[in-house]
Amino acid sequence: MTTTKIHFTDDHIGLAHGAGGKASRRLIEGLLVPYLVDGAPTELNDAAYLDVNGSRLAVTADSFVVKPLVFPGGSIGELAVNGTVNDLAMGGAKSLALLSTLILEAGLATSELEREVAAMARAAQRAGVSVVGGDTKVVEHGKADGMFITTAGIGLTDPRVHLSGQNVRPGDQVILSGPIGDHGITVLLARGELDLEADLTSDTRPLWPFVSALIDAAAPGLRWMRDPTRGGVATALNELARDAKVAVVLDEEAIPVRSTVRGACEILGMDPLHIANEGQFLAIVSPDYADVALESITRTPGGEGARRIGEIQEAPKRVVLARSRYGGTRVVDMLVGDPLPRIC
Amino acid sequence: MKYVDEFRDAELIRKTSEEIHRLVDPNRKYRFMEVCGGHTFSIFRFGIQNLLPGNIELVHGPGCPVCVLPMGRMDDGLTIAQQKNVIFTAFGDVMRVPGRKGSPLELRAKGADIRMIYSPLDALKIAVDHPDRKVVLFAIGFETTAPSTALTLLRARDLNVSNFFVFSNHVLILPAIRAILDSPDMRIDGFLGPGHVSAVIGARPYEFITKHYNKPLVISGFEPLDLLQSILMLVKQLKEGRCEVENQYSRVVPWEGNVPALNAMNKVFEVRPFFEWRGLGFITQSALKLRSEFSQWDAEVHFEVEGVRVTDPKAAQCGEVLKGVLRPHQCKLFGKECTPEHPVGALMVSSEGACAAYYHHVHLRQAVGE
Repeated sequence: MTTTKIHFTDDHIGLAHGAGGKASRRLIEGLLVPYLVDGAPTELNDAAYLDVNGSRLAVTADSFVVKPLVFPGGSIGELAVNGTVNDLAMGGAKSLALLSTLILEAGLATSELEREVAAMARAAQRAGVSVVGGDTKVVEHGKADGMFITTAGIGLTDPRVHLSGQNVRPGDQVILSGPIGDHGITVLLARGELDLEADLTSDTRPLWPFVSALIDAAAPGLRWMRDPTRGGVATALNELARDAKVAVVLDEEAIPVRSTVRGACEILGMDPLHIANEGQFLAIVSPDYADVALESITRTPGGEGARRIGEIQEAPKRVVLARSRYGGTRVVDMLVGDPLPRIC
Repeated sequence: MKYVDEFRDAELIRKTSEEIHRLVDPNRKYRFMEVCGGHTFSIFRFGIQNLLPGNIELVHGPGCPVCVLPMGRMDDGLTIAQQKNVIFTAFGDVMRVPGRKGSPLELRAKGADIRMIYSPLDALKIAVDHPDRKVVLFAIGFETTAPSTALTLLRARDLNVSNFFVFSNHVLILPAIRAILDSPDMRIDGFLGPGHVSAVIGARPYEFITKHYNKPLVISGFEPLDLLQSILMLVKQLKEGRCEVENQYSRVVPWEGNVPALNAMNKVFEVRPFFEWRGLGFITQSALKLRSEFSQWDAEVHFEVEGVRVTDPKAAQCGEVLKGVLRPHQCKLFGKECTPEHPVGALMVSSEGACAAYYHHVHLRQAVGE
């Protein structure tokens, strides 16, 4: 038996390790992958692929621990379905079935559980997928925030696409499906810790309709997709820049952000590029397919806000840059820890 | 957004940048220190340095409260946080400041009840909601945040809240600027004055800098156009041989300051004889402690704080960076032992710290072959 090489030196697990940024990546690459994955993967994707009898299956699992359970525009049950089908969609796969595990806290009102199960059912119906099984556990009162949900999904990959950071080339275009930061800021405000109010709802939704249209229109030019959830657009694109050894150069002006999200970020000293989304995705498309790709998304209901936000360049490798409208350029780094507001 | 979008107008920014290029003397170097961490953050966020001629260097000063907090104070605070029955509250940036035994975030992961707040009043509310617990506010900041701590303490007194305590680390900006000016290796040609601090203290207190040290100072706002206009004003002063305090941020900063805020501070705080600053050492009369009338809310009195002194790691050169003697990437630890994720020095902790800002920027510098 070979010795597993571990590169993770943190003594304890902190919230940052689950925030989707640098610490998360260190944990996954430094501790989880060396033990659990055979061989060093060239890139970390939201779904894994299994070739079975000529078909390419995509499998994924995702856990949901959102607090509060319900927030404007969605709830944990809806997230648990959409988040999982979207991870499959980002691999070019239409979901076939889901398994769902509920971890419930003793004392949870049955009405709350029923509300969330009904939300899952509605979301599954909307996404055109069935929940075919799962498991339920109950833990002592105080050991979970009401409920946690883990969902596993299996999907069938469209044979017309093979999505990977390795396919990305200089000149490729970066397309974003719509305004960013809605979900993260909505949940932050729903916690009631800030005396801020905004007319804002989570963007949680299934992404397959857009992906399906995109594949039909631009399959040969479609290189890579990712839904920028925890860690936001900045983290997703930094992972791409690192895996593909390219520069991602964004046109800051072109990135759609609602004024309410922009305002909350200004007040809190956060960057909208670091804020979580649950219903948007990034696609890297070859230049000759960029126009039809964008058009296919904007033509799909709910995709009107899609924009071309930047392009892939040769250098500086492994870096994401943002160009402002007045000529300044900044490096957009991955999220470090949880987004923390500045104090003055 | 009103008062924001106008100051991000691309055309005006381009014109101001061109004007700076036109006015600078190509045969000299200009070294301007932005004193405020908020300015440092904006300079990197908006890529301001790229809009300036190559002979203008922006030096990042000591105006990030997290960056100048000595490790010993953090350790004292965390000692309190680990005591039984305590809820420890701190602003976001403080959560990642390393003490010897870890940061507040790391201690929280190990089970201490440490909560992030957005305003001192949040901490008072926690105290009111948990009368059986001792709630400690780890107060930090310059004159920007000291008034809100003062008003919170006045509210605590009015409401007769007895389980609320303030651990004051409030510091004053003028002694820090004076310490930099008195430093033998000081090489600064002019200052961008802090915007938020000046909204409280006004513009007049800076006159000693122009009169006694002969350095111009322009109080600046935080938007790209604010910063470029302020830099242009400094260049013009030097070109015309003037040396004045000017207020570019007059839409927010009154010349005489914010009198109610200053009054609240004076009611609650008095100046400490001396206080340790990270990277700058002890500076006399540079920080605020609670007056004796407020001692029942003073965490340093209630918890008998040890007053730990921790020397910064020998190899860390935070002081030289703070004074503008070294640029962040010239520190021996920069980007190796000291990164935003694992900060050794506090300049790497906050998004307003010069080193954290540089760390993100350094890729770009390498990319353009500098």
